Amino acid sequence: MKRLLPARRRNVLWLAALVHRLSGIALAAFLPLHFLVLGLAINGGDELNGVLRWMDNPAVKLAESLLILALVVHFLGGLRLLAIENFTWRNGQVKLAAAAASISMVVAFVFLVRVL
Amino acid sequence: MHDHTTRLSVSLWRGKEAGEYQTYQVPVRESQTVLDVVTWVQRNLDPTLSYRFACRVGMCGSCAMTVNGRPRWTCRTHVSKVVENGRLEIGPLENLPIIKDLAADMRPFFEKWQDAKGVFAPTKSRHDPIEAIKPDTAQRIAADKAIECINCGVCYAACDTVRWNADYLGPAALNRAWSLVNDVRDAGNAERITAVSADGGCHACHSHQSCQQFCPQSLNPTASIAGLKRTAARAYLRGKVES
Amino acid sequence: MNVRLYILQRGTAALMVPLIVVHLAVIFYATRHQLSAEDILARTRNSATWALFYGTFVVAASIHAAIGVRNVLTEWSGLSGRMSGLLGFLFGAMLLALGLRAVAAVVLP
Repeated sequence: MKRLLPARRRNVLWLAALVHRLSGIALAAFLPLHFLVLGLAINGGDELNGVLRWMDNPAVKLAESLLILALVVHFLGGLRLLAIENFTWRNGQVKLAAAAASISMVVAFVFLVRVL
Repeated sequence: MHDHTTRLSVSLWRGKEAGEYQTYQVPVRESQTVLDVVTWVQRNLDPTLSYRFACRVGMCGSCAMTVNGRPRWTCRTHVSKVVENGRLEIGPLENLPIIKDLAADMRPFFEKWQDAKGVFAPTKSRHDPIEAIKPDTAQRIAADKAIECINCGVCYAACDTVRWNADYLGPAALNRAWSLVNDVRDAGNAERITAVSADGGCHACHSHQSCQQFCPQSLNPTASIAGLKRTAARAYLRGKVES
Repeated sequence: MNVRLYILQRGTAALMVPLIVVHLAVIFYATRHQLSAEDILARTRNSATWALFYGTFVVAASIHAAIGVRNVLTEWSGLSGRMSGLLGFLFGAMLLALGLRAVAAVVLP
């Protein structure tokens, strides 16, 4: 742990950047699968339906809510970066980053509750 | 077990990239700084220890080292503020080659300064009237926010993008480029914008803000770099950046 | 990362801001109403709107992800800058192909 997170990295904004990167990697890894599943519809709805039924279990639903988490946190973190880069500098980055993380977790949790 | 109130356990990096920490016992003194500790070791225990300092009073930036994992000016760091369980671990600034022990080789840092065109390009001669610079113009305010950099290298050592991207010019060089972009007397902007728009230029910055966190002068290179990103993007879209 | 890639990446990011909001709304709507494959396809088949919406999304996401992947490879893998760029490009091309195919699959009659 000391190697990965030396003292100079132990702060909210560095962790926010790490979360942004990891969520981006997760989304990039997920997208081809997502497109392949949707592409099943090319032969009509049956195959797609089959896969959707197979996906109707708690483990998959949990994975889906983690993906929602990744999407929302990457989106909100990206908004923060766009703000830093395009508008006058504002302090309070730590609060924004923390808010992004919290909102993402709430959204992902709401999703999980609805689909389980 | 050493009494933490009278003795410090100080681990100092010895050697170059291949080397090791050697531990010394140093007497605790009131209001001791980390530089005091390093000096005491060199004078009383091991004259072969190499380290760098100059002013000792927080003006020159020469004494920057890594102290318990964080880059800092050792002359302005009280031991009492950073000591952990009676221990200090001190190494040279990171992201730079090591000359010996605690002295880092600052050459790559200054080479990138040049690469970023962090050099003033004059437009007037002594025969021209002095340019009147109003301190409250937006450009002068922006330049003044960035201008107090004394090239100590702490931000460069703190930056993970420097660590991960060998091409990255780094926060100090880009911060200087930004202060010059905002200097109305300077004529070098065409070259400068091109320099910071290349691979490893300002656009490689991820806004981690470690530079801002550790800068002993309370500068904000992240904000300067954000300004450069905007300026360079606009110039590129207007066809003003040479590829 | 240089100015050209930066503009492409930030540009596609900005473009995707409203697209993501709509997509999240679609996800929540679909799960709330427990839409089956037939329900979804009934809404998307023959729809120029959904074709345009998701077509744009796929193009933007492919460019954005390709550059992101390139950046991660440049910084975290030992690969050269050129190799990272090539792999990023190939990844983006794959996403574009699979994505447009998926859009066609749900939109074409």
